[in-house]
Amino acid sequence: MNAELHKDQSSFGARVRNAWQHGDRLYRLLLTVAALLVMILVIGIGYELWQNSALSRQAFGWKFLITSDWDPALNETFGALPFILGTLITSFIALLAAIPLGIGTAIFLAELAPDWLREPLGFLVELLAAVPSVVYGLWGLFVYIPVFVRPSAEFLNKSLGFLPLFEGPVFGPSRLAAGLLLAIMVFPTITAISRDVFRAIPNSQREAAMAMGATRWEMIYQVLIPYGTSGLLGAIILGLGRALGETIAVTMVIGNNLDLSASLLRPGYTMASIIANEFTEATFDLYLNALIEIGLILFAMTLLINIIARLLIWRVSQRTKAEVRA
Amino acid sequence: MNRFSARRQNWRKVINIVMLSFTGLATLLVVTPLIWIIGYVIREGLPAINLQFFTELPTPVGVSGGGIANALVGSLMTVSLGLIIAVPVGTLAGVYAATHPDQPLGTLLRFGTDVISGVPSIVMGIFAYTLIVLPQRHFSAFSGGIVLAFIMVPTIVRSTEEMIRLVPNSLREGSLALGAAEWKTSLSVILPAALNGVITGVMLAIARAAGEAAPMLFTAFGNPFMNTDFNQPVSTLPHMIFVYAIAPYDDWRAKAWATALVLITLVLLLNVAARLLVWWRGRLFKSLK
Repeated sequence: MNAELHKDQSSFGARVRNAWQHGDRLYRLLLTVAALLVMILVIGIGYELWQNSALSRQAFGWKFLITSDWDPALNETFGALPFILGTLITSFIALLAAIPLGIGTAIFLAELAPDWLREPLGFLVELLAAVPSVVYGLWGLFVYIPVFVRPSAEFLNKSLGFLPLFEGPVFGPSRLAAGLLLAIMVFPTITAISRDVFRAIPNSQREAAMAMGATRWEMIYQVLIPYGTSGLLGAIILGLGRALGETIAVTMVIGNNLDLSASLLRPGYTMASIIANEFTEATFDLYLNALIEIGLILFAMTLLINIIARLLIWRVSQRTKAEVRA
Repeated sequence: MNRFSARRQNWRKVINIVMLSFTGLATLLVVTPLIWIIGYVIREGLPAINLQFFTELPTPVGVSGGGIANALVGSLMTVSLGLIIAVPVGTLAGVYAATHPDQPLGTLLRFGTDVISGVPSIVMGIFAYTLIVLPQRHFSAFSGGIVLAFIMVPTIVRSTEEMIRLVPNSLREGSLALGAAEWKTSLSVILPAALNGVITGVMLAIARAAGEAAPMLFTAFGNPFMNTDFNQPVSTLPHMIFVYAIAPYDDWRAKAWATALVLITLVLLLNVAARLLVWWRGRLFKSLK
């Protein structure tokens, strides 16, 4: 057989087979191409958005970020400030509600729940993440707002109406509605990742705290949370990333109004919802370019946020690995 | 023990109980919306569901009957096109990430997929718009499918990578020792062993893509008529829900709920099936060890 193999090597087919290491080189090439394609996607998005927002970038420069004239009809001037603020405000409301509840749930799932409850509850949280955004929007518009958001808004207006934040008149679709709906949508992200962070903490930490006479809560609060801080921070930032980019549900409940007041109880706009609303209506190139530039800002924000979050989460897993080994 | 420290002990216990019950309460609060949403969608959507709903085209406002046949076909077209692109690219990239974890491209790839999965779908939509719709100067099912491919790729890469890592190394070594080439080992030993993990990832990707409405607004665009041409606009299920929901007509609103019921059933079934596959796979590997 060995002799045959040697004889074969002179033939053309064998030389090709050898050169390609019997297909291995081709296979590796294929894998590399697939990997590169995925990487090109990230760069491609940035490049295309940059190129196609050129008109708007040249016309308005950095002022685009800090002016609030959005006037496609008469003056054809564009400023993204109201949308940037709208996005930040709604995301902030969402995080305010989702952080304590999300991390609380994560603690329950990772530290307290009995074994038989853990898996089903974890699955329910996953399903919450699986519900399509448009279904959240539909439910938010017809159920959540009338049943929960509007009464809360009226209560806030009555008790704290003297603050500009809670100025009337009270609307159903509003920044508050968008924020409170986003809260539900970012729960699963924050919960799932913080649960994994808690699970990754070595048991020696828990045992040490308990041996010192700490109560269970003291163990969680004084040992586990400080230990996992950067991971939990990562989870929160990732939740923020989801809130910033969420489009269709927000578009359905925020009311889509260029309102410049500070009131949370009035309709507003976010970066994602202005794109969703006006993209197909952009009648001239500068208008379209301005909308694409908003997309570019959104892309840059989420990119930055995701990079920070992933680095934080990686750091925790790296550290845990090192300590388990030691 | 003096009185002061006894009080302090009690205080610690009270805090302990209060905070621990808070975590339980938080869990309850978090799970409530899920049940609320699913319950409401079933209650509002079920009465409008019948056979015609799946076979007929939408009717104008006020005309009774009508269905979502066009959106079912549109969703099928765009999701299938997305799959045809995303499955090979995602799986191969996942194999790369799993087998070259320490090479620069491997690290970059894993980081890159994490980052892409955080890019808002509407930004993906703009990307596809500038890439396909703008040069072609018309909306199309094709561009909708491409967006869905972008959205599916990261999920498929990650799940493939994780599942391949779970395959015992002995399988790989056994195959290589028998003289199989690396690609043969990879494609006919390792991938089949990881297959239901990969399928799990694909199902989750389908579930996510099938529910995307935002990027469809300016790629697939929507179409009230039946269309099977990839060069023409189509409606998809989530886009249909959006259009029906924001219209001020009661009978359209009822259709929005019914369409939502169809979509959510599809998505939840895919998720449950994916979960069962993971569970089944876990048992399989336990028995191997």
